[in-house]
Amino acid sequence: MIKKEMIAMLLAGGQGSRLGVLTSKVAKPAVSFGGKYRIIDFPLSNCINSGVDTVGVLTQYQPLRLNTHIGIGIPWDLDRNIGGVTVLPPYEKMENTDWYTGTANAIYQNIDYIDSFNPEYVLILSGDHIYKMDYEVMLDFHKQNKAECTIAVMPVPMEEAKRFGIMITDENRKITDFEEKPANPRSNLASMGIYIFNWSTLREALIKEETLPNLDFGKHIIPYIHEKGLPMYAYEFNGYWKDVGTLNSYWEANMELIDIVPEFNLYEEYWKIYTRSETLPPQYYAPGSVIERSIVGEGSEIYGKVYNSVIGCGVTIGKDTVIKDSIVMNNTQIGDNCELVKTIVAENVTIGNNDRFGFGDSAENETDPHIYNHDLVCIGEKSVIPDGITVGKNACIFGITTPEDYENGSLPSGKTMNKAGDMR
Amino acid sequence: MRAIGIILAGGNSHKMKELARKRAVGAMPIAGSYRAIDFALSNMSNSHIQKVAVFTQYNARSLNEHLSSSKWWDFGRKQGGLFVFTPAVTAENSLWFRGTADAIYQNLDFLKSSHEPYVVIASSDCIYKMDFNKVLEYHIEKKADITVVCRDMPEGENVERYGTIKMNEECRIEDFEEKPIVAKSNTISCGIYVIRRRLLIEMIERCAEEDRYDFVRDVLIRYKDQKRIFGYKIKDYWKNIATVEDYFNANMDFLKPEVRNYFFRQYPDIYSKVDDLPPAKFNVGAHVSNSLVSSGSIINGTVENSIIFRKTFIGTNCTIKNSIILNDVYIADNTYIENCIVESHGTIKANSYHKGENGIEIVFEDGERYQM
Repeated sequence: MIKKEMIAMLLAGGQGSRLGVLTSKVAKPAVSFGGKYRIIDFPLSNCINSGVDTVGVLTQYQPLRLNTHIGIGIPWDLDRNIGGVTVLPPYEKMENTDWYTGTANAIYQNIDYIDSFNPEYVLILSGDHIYKMDYEVMLDFHKQNKAECTIAVMPVPMEEAKRFGIMITDENRKITDFEEKPANPRSNLASMGIYIFNWSTLREALIKEETLPNLDFGKHIIPYIHEKGLPMYAYEFNGYWKDVGTLNSYWEANMELIDIVPEFNLYEEYWKIYTRSETLPPQYYAPGSVIERSIVGEGSEIYGKVYNSVIGCGVTIGKDTVIKDSIVMNNTQIGDNCELVKTIVAENVTIGNNDRFGFGDSAENETDPHIYNHDLVCIGEKSVIPDGITVGKNACIFGITTPEDYENGSLPSGKTMNKAGDMR
Repeated sequence: MRAIGIILAGGNSHKMKELARKRAVGAMPIAGSYRAIDFALSNMSNSHIQKVAVFTQYNARSLNEHLSSSKWWDFGRKQGGLFVFTPAVTAENSLWFRGTADAIYQNLDFLKSSHEPYVVIASSDCIYKMDFNKVLEYHIEKKADITVVCRDMPEGENVERYGTIKMNEECRIEDFEEKPIVAKSNTISCGIYVIRRRLLIEMIERCAEEDRYDFVRDVLIRYKDQKRIFGYKIKDYWKNIATVEDYFNANMDFLKPEVRNYFFRQYPDIYSKVDDLPPAKFNVGAHVSNSLVSSGSIINGTVENSIIFRKTFIGTNCTIKNSIILNDVYIADNTYIENCIVESHGTIKANSYHKGENGIEIVFEDGERYQM
């Protein structure tokens, strides 16, 4: 008989629309992070480092890159005979065939998967946070308190508390009440979207609430369990935790990695972050290249100058090109004599020679000011930029572009150019 | 593929000097992220050889660690796989491998229990890319008994540590000399052979009966007139790394764009064990020029014309010139290193000075490790 004490369900179906063009072709958990990683590497590595060897990954939006990345789970040692990693897309049923309509609905549609492991506890994770956490310690806390549900929380500054789901607890961290994005928060303990449930309790709640539209943990399941008066506890986490939900927070989190001793340290031995390495060779630095305050992934060739930047794997940076405060993802080729400032370049982009990004007076983005802001320039995957182009701030380019697309060889600040079709 | 693979990784070379203390030549780190044996293993995998045996004996810890899982070279299959054979005590035999032929003899069951008609034998200490299928096709076309991969060395290069070959116009080998004092030819054997499995078993058994133990001397040279032994000449990059000088030069070759392009960017890839290290990091004060740097490294100083292997820490105000820093070395501040190979896991104290005056110096430092 198969029996696992705790299995993890990782919600990786979301689009992450506030990452703009970065998630137009890939699900947010598959977006590159920190040079060689993808966001989902963090929860997956946390799982295996915590001894959780059975993980169901719920996918829905643009799953190709995610599926390829996960494969059979070799990089995380999640290739197991029993358990391991399983990708769980929505599937057709006799009746009620549906997409995953909400976080809890996705779990509801996979009750059979969870049942097959006969677990005591189920750990619910989301695939879009950067953090290192020992779920085993959280489970100990859950068991000690004889809780039915434990929610990981972190203290946030009081003035920011209104952006989060807030837990109100007694002195033993027992949850007495909770509020979603309260105007006047009564506590500063923000939910991190990480839950441990006793499976029997969660299973019952899912089945009772199945008919609700967009069944969600925060909106439906937690209130249901609370109303039943079952013990819920808040597990306080004080480490580094970053929601990389917006372009700016994504950029900031990357930039934090290049501090001398970053708060989030990838160089620690005891809690390694694993990823699928597509390239292995070392990086090459040509004579005349400059590299300072930066991290660089495998197989990249640097002929130009790189300052304060995060460079992925297999990237080429041409001669006399200057890159500052930027993120360049895997396999992007940048020509000679370019200048990039605060630019996020997605994977497999080709940039010509003599191009400039992030120059000119700042202007609000015309189409999506809530996405493209903070003077960041964003270039979508597989884009092609011809020679001699100047691109302003808060601008976005996606697709194969030719010189004719640029008036006077420039794309002013705040403009969006989409030649690739569907895009946010 | 109709062949199984054998990789001879038993050897030690005194020409590797202190570098051989820690490991077999096959486990020598190469080009920042690889081990020498990765090239033979990747070539076999890329040639669709599914069953490979590695014969090892000398200081095999490092090699065994590297080969702890076969999945990196895609040998983790139900059909075939990667086998590592060290000498074992049996009812008949309690000896070490007394030579390459003896190593094969002691593991003859591996050959006998296979069904593939051919065997590709390769050494673990060469840097090259090769499609063994092409050699096999040539072998069949020539109706050869044994095919030896060979290569012309540049005029004037010292070939006395290789086996030298003379071929007739048909490419049949007429003369084969092992480590000649005065070489009669500048065509050398690359240590890669294709042979029919049954013939190999037969010849190895006969060797054993006659108390002969060396594949080159007791099979190739002894039978060169009786058997049809052919040379398959290659022109691509190939380098043996079994001396300190060649090891150093082979690494430095990877600073050339055409070599990197050939090995790293052209199909097929070379595989290696994945180490899960974070990207290399460059702090303020880092100056890197014409160098390779591998993941997990943190650079605070100056690096020129050098190869920095994985997980190296280079302190502030250090200068590393024309050197190779092997895996997991900690170099404290204000250190100067030129023309050196720094042995892996070393810890170099602050304000040290190492310069290879006459050739390459091997730096062996086991200082106390400071916390990073």
